[in-house]
Amino acid sequence: MTPSVRLQEMIRVIRSARTQGEERGIIQRECADIRAQFRQGDNGERSHSLAKLLYVHMLGYPAHFGQMECVRLIASPRYSEKRIGYLGAMMLLDEKQDASLLITNSIKNDLSHSSQYVQSLALCTLACMGSAEMCRDLAPEIERLLRASNSYIKKKATLCAVHIIKKVPELAELFTPSARTLLSEKNHGVLHGAVVLITELCKRNPDTLDQFRKAVPELVQIMKGLVTSSYSPEHNVAGISDPFLQVRILRLLRILGHNNDTASDAMNDLLAQVATNTDSSKTAGSAVLYETVLTIMDINSESGLRVLAVNILGRFLLNNDRNIRYISMTSLQKIVQTDHNAVQRHRGTIVDCLKDQDTSVKRRALELSLALVSAVNIRSMMKELLIFLSFCPPELRSQTASGIFNAAERYSPSKRWHIDTILHVLTTAGGDVRDETVPNLIQLITTASELHCYTVHKLYRALVKDIAQSLVQVACWCIGEYGDLLLKGECEEIEPMQVTEDDVLDALETVLQSHMSSPATRGFALTATMKLSTRITDNVDRIRSIVSIYGSCIDLELQQRAVEYNALFKKYDHMRAAVLERMPVMDKNLPGHTNGDTPGEIKEPDTSKPKPVEAGLLSEPASQVCDLLDLLGGTDTPLQPSPAPTSTPTTTSSADLLDLLGGLEPTPVPTVSVYEKNGLSLKIQCDKQTETEVTVSLIASNSTQNDITNFTLQAAVPKSVQLQMKAPSGNVIPAHGLGQVTQTVLLNNPNKASLKMRIRVSYSNQGAMHQDTVLIDSFPSTACQPSISPL
Amino acid sequence: MQFMLLFSRQGKLRLQKWYVPLSDKEKKKITRELVQTVLARKPKMCSFLEWRDLKIVYKRYASLYFCCAIEDQDNELITLEIIHRYVELLDKYFGSVCELDIIFNFEKAYFILDEFLLGGEAQETSKKNVLKAIEQADLLQEVSTEVYYHHCKATAIGVHHRVFGLSL
Repeated sequence: MTPSVRLQEMIRVIRSARTQGEERGIIQRECADIRAQFRQGDNGERSHSLAKLLYVHMLGYPAHFGQMECVRLIASPRYSEKRIGYLGAMMLLDEKQDASLLITNSIKNDLSHSSQYVQSLALCTLACMGSAEMCRDLAPEIERLLRASNSYIKKKATLCAVHIIKKVPELAELFTPSARTLLSEKNHGVLHGAVVLITELCKRNPDTLDQFRKAVPELVQIMKGLVTSSYSPEHNVAGISDPFLQVRILRLLRILGHNNDTASDAMNDLLAQVATNTDSSKTAGSAVLYETVLTIMDINSESGLRVLAVNILGRFLLNNDRNIRYISMTSLQKIVQTDHNAVQRHRGTIVDCLKDQDTSVKRRALELSLALVSAVNIRSMMKELLIFLSFCPPELRSQTASGIFNAAERYSPSKRWHIDTILHVLTTAGGDVRDETVPNLIQLITTASELHCYTVHKLYRALVKDIAQSLVQVACWCIGEYGDLLLKGECEEIEPMQVTEDDVLDALETVLQSHMSSPATRGFALTATMKLSTRITDNVDRIRSIVSIYGSCIDLELQQRAVEYNALFKKYDHMRAAVLERMPVMDKNLPGHTNGDTPGEIKEPDTSKPKPVEAGLLSEPASQVCDLLDLLGGTDTPLQPSPAPTSTPTTTSSADLLDLLGGLEPTPVPTVSVYEKNGLSLKIQCDKQTETEVTVSLIASNSTQNDITNFTLQAAVPKSVQLQMKAPSGNVIPAHGLGQVTQTVLLNNPNKASLKMRIRVSYSNQGAMHQDTVLIDSFPSTACQPSISPL
Repeated sequence: MQFMLLFSRQGKLRLQKWYVPLSDKEKKKITRELVQTVLARKPKMCSFLEWRDLKIVYKRYASLYFCCAIEDQDNELITLEIIHRYVELLDKYFGSVCELDIIFNFEKAYFILDEFLLGGEAQETSKKNVLKAIEQADLLQEVSTEVYYHHCKATAIGVHHRVFGLSL
């Protein structure tokens, strides 16, 4: 029997085993046989035994006893034994095994073997599993082979060098000189290896990168040759000449052209040529085009080229091949921030991809769609996204829901639309939204005072139909707050529906009793029921009885609430009306806001004169604050500072609640004058100070006879400090000190450098433009006074 | 490329080539998880997926899945071409290759792969050159085994599955 038949016979026998146990038995027998063979020493059978062992290993059985045999076979003079020995080494020996070091010497010898096929075995093995030590030992050999040998060996040595550099980065310098000369080779294999090597060298060392930038013209020439050359059957794949080499060259060009104008210019024409001439009907062409697009987007290319690249991606989006569509969206995702308008043009196609069968494609389309939402297209995009939400796979639901919320928050055209959208999401995917949705929505509803009636009606209807927890919680809260509006029956924007007090209490009781309600939801419902006691007239007794029942509820939270509410009915009935009064508008900035059950503290967002922000509060980024102010500006008083600060009616209850919550007494903060000239005075007030952050308010007032208009402040700070100026309260300072303009400035000082700020003041007074500068030297703590030096 | 796996539709491994150092245990774990993930994909889905921090490119040829794990900067589409090129090489070598060929001649499948890829990168982009090199290496092997088995060659026993002239 020829030995190969024995190997194949063994494979056949193993495969014919009917059970796992039978297979194990056969394997055990064979392994015993193999071990015996190994012990016998050189008898011409060793390579077959090792081959059998390797098969057994692939099936998942232990084969470590073959490691030493690999070492022995590699050292054998016979090619057949070397071949299987090296294969065994690559499969059984990795750098973590001690035995791997033993083959270093054999490899070294074989690297200088007379037969190139033996050299090839050694090179292949070193590149596959060579440890750092082995690489260090053999690097000089490899470098020699890079220069001196035939193409067959050179191409392998080049890739072996790549592996060496990955393992031992310091050896990169050893290969740099030879790498450059390799670019003039004609052999595609060597060229490909050279490009890979140079790419690796440039990745590791910026100086080498600079050096190789000089090679850009040469690379461009090679590419041009490939793109325009006549048909070369040897390297042709679907009409593209050596796409593998083309892709690697493009990738190298990308690295060389990145952030470098000269290099980018040098490759501009080539990239345009490749982009226009490559036939993308087959994968090979698309691969080249794809790499070209990536390169164009990553270097300093001119805008025409960038547009060309985005258009290619757009074409890819329409391709029948799903892979190409996926690739296109991945690339568009990378550039959507920088080339937003270009990507917007393909929005329609991207939105269509939401309907694709493949989940990965859907996910990409979702991410892209969310990135493309803007103020202009919000309505149509939201329609598509909401449709998507109803049909999307469950693993994408929560991502979609949060994406929709973010988009709605940033771009909603109107409050009502915003509320409608959130309600829609809650009814469709209520179970998948995050917890902070509830307080966010509640806060939003409170700010939309003209919509309270509409909102509460809609929520009531939804509550009656639906059970999703977040929705129920919001609905309960609203019914509690605005129950009186609900009972009034009529509402402009929604069809009238007669709701009686019993209906409302029924609905709340259902929630309280439903076994699907979470404890938090029950809490909401109970509080809502209680609040209704001041808003309805007939059924107060019913409420009293509901509340007293829950006084003996097992759930501690509910019990506590019920007991306290009971007390409100009995002992503290005189306080009940005040405590349960309508909540004032909530400010998003406060930490208490994130508390789910009891929407948090109250701060008066007095738009004409913002009070100093209390210690320990987080400040929002400027844009969000602007949005918030805009929201308030849209419904409440406009942003122009009015001569006298308006006081709002709810200050009394807020004072009560502030007391209940332990109080946030504003500590008197010193205001220091930093500038006084021509009747304009500028004061600075330290609001908040941590180790790395200072928040100050600049207050400007005007003691002249005429209003100061076009008042703007500009600030400059040292380089290591980051400055954020919030929107000023206005740009008109009324005369006679009747009003002020305030602007908050946030300074982030991570290096704890000494803070200085230069302020430029510009304004118009009586038609004349004025400009002045002031330098503020130090920003001490809130207790001390800043020192100033007017310039 | 970090590794390449070939497995059947039942999840049986037919070839595994690792270009990164990992312990046997880790390799087994990765193989198990990845095979499960890929086999769970429906036929019309795209050939790319993200798995851990790697990009996976896979393609099914008849009953075998060819699966490669590439790094972030690697081009997925050209990896598909690499897979296709390897299949073409196997096809040319075995003559209309099928899964059985790769099972019974797994060591040859490895030899072919090692002439096409080195250290995870393509070393030869010409199909002709790869096949020529394999042919020469096989010849060399035959010569070196003749010393022991020249008499066996004359009495080759027919087996019901394909046996090639170039034997171990």
